[in-house]
Amino acid sequence: MSAPSPIELDEPVTDDLTALATPWVTIVWNDPVNLMSYVTFVFTQYFGYSKKKAEKLMLEVHQDGKSVVSTGSREEMERDVQAMHEYGLWATMQKADA
Amino acid sequence: MTGFSRHRKSGACVATFTAFEADLLRSLASQLIELLRNETAAPESPDPLEAMLDFSGPTLEPEDPVLARLFPTAYPGDDEAAAEFRRYTETDLRNGKASGAASVIDALEEAGLPPQPEDGMFIDVELTPVAAITWMRSFTDMRLAIATRLEIEEGDEEYWHELSEDDPRAQVHDIYEWVGYLQETLVRAAS
Repeated sequence: MSAPSPIELDEPVTDDLTALATPWVTIVWNDPVNLMSYVTFVFTQYFGYSKKKAEKLMLEVHQDGKSVVSTGSREEMERDVQAMHEYGLWATMQKADA
Repeated sequence: MTGFSRHRKSGACVATFTAFEADLLRSLASQLIELLRNETAAPESPDPLEAMLDFSGPTLEPEDPVLARLFPTAYPGDDEAAAEFRRYTETDLRNGKASGAASVIDALEEAGLPPQPEDGMFIDVELTPVAAITWMRSFTDMRLAIATRLEIEEGDEEYWHELSEDDPRAQVHDIYEWVGYLQETLVRAAS
């Protein structure tokens, strides 16, 4: 039996903390081409959102010109933006507080 | 013109096209492939040696407005991050869109579309759920391409419908609406 090792305290990693404090967001912008039904379909298909949530986001895009469709780390948002471009939606990303 | 519906037993999305319609779709898909390969997605470096050694993707927004719409800038306020994102994604995105359009052509030809279709011929396509999504994406790309060329804007339907039938833009707009109809029925059939 060994004695419990002394607890090692990690130096606080400020970068990670900052990253957690300010997540990134994926924004989908309105365009005159994509059909409302298709945009809703993409949100259910790719993000796995319920029909209700997908329709709410689609209507935000349509009426307000844009909508935040996902939130997460920078890497996750890059994946989401790329996926939206695969579907032909106009998506960008930025820090949540920008 | 009937669009897509869902086959009750198999769950597949099915549609019957006239030879003319199937040929038109094939032609739109091949134009899309042409366009995606047209403007090279290679980085342009002023240093020839560096340019030759750089096998990664492009960093600048494409000059062609259609390509700029198909591959939007991911970071609008940050040129450096936008260039990095483009470098790592645009080549894959281009290849994905081109192979999607190619699989539309393959499916039409496997369904019996000959190189020179004749009148009175019908082409039945049957799409699995995965293929349905590929077709939806390709329809989107075709519509984005046409809309960018025609400079279609939000709420300008009246303008297009008032154009004379002889105006070639009116004919292109009819094709745009037809692909939209196919898209709408395909989304409904696949949902």
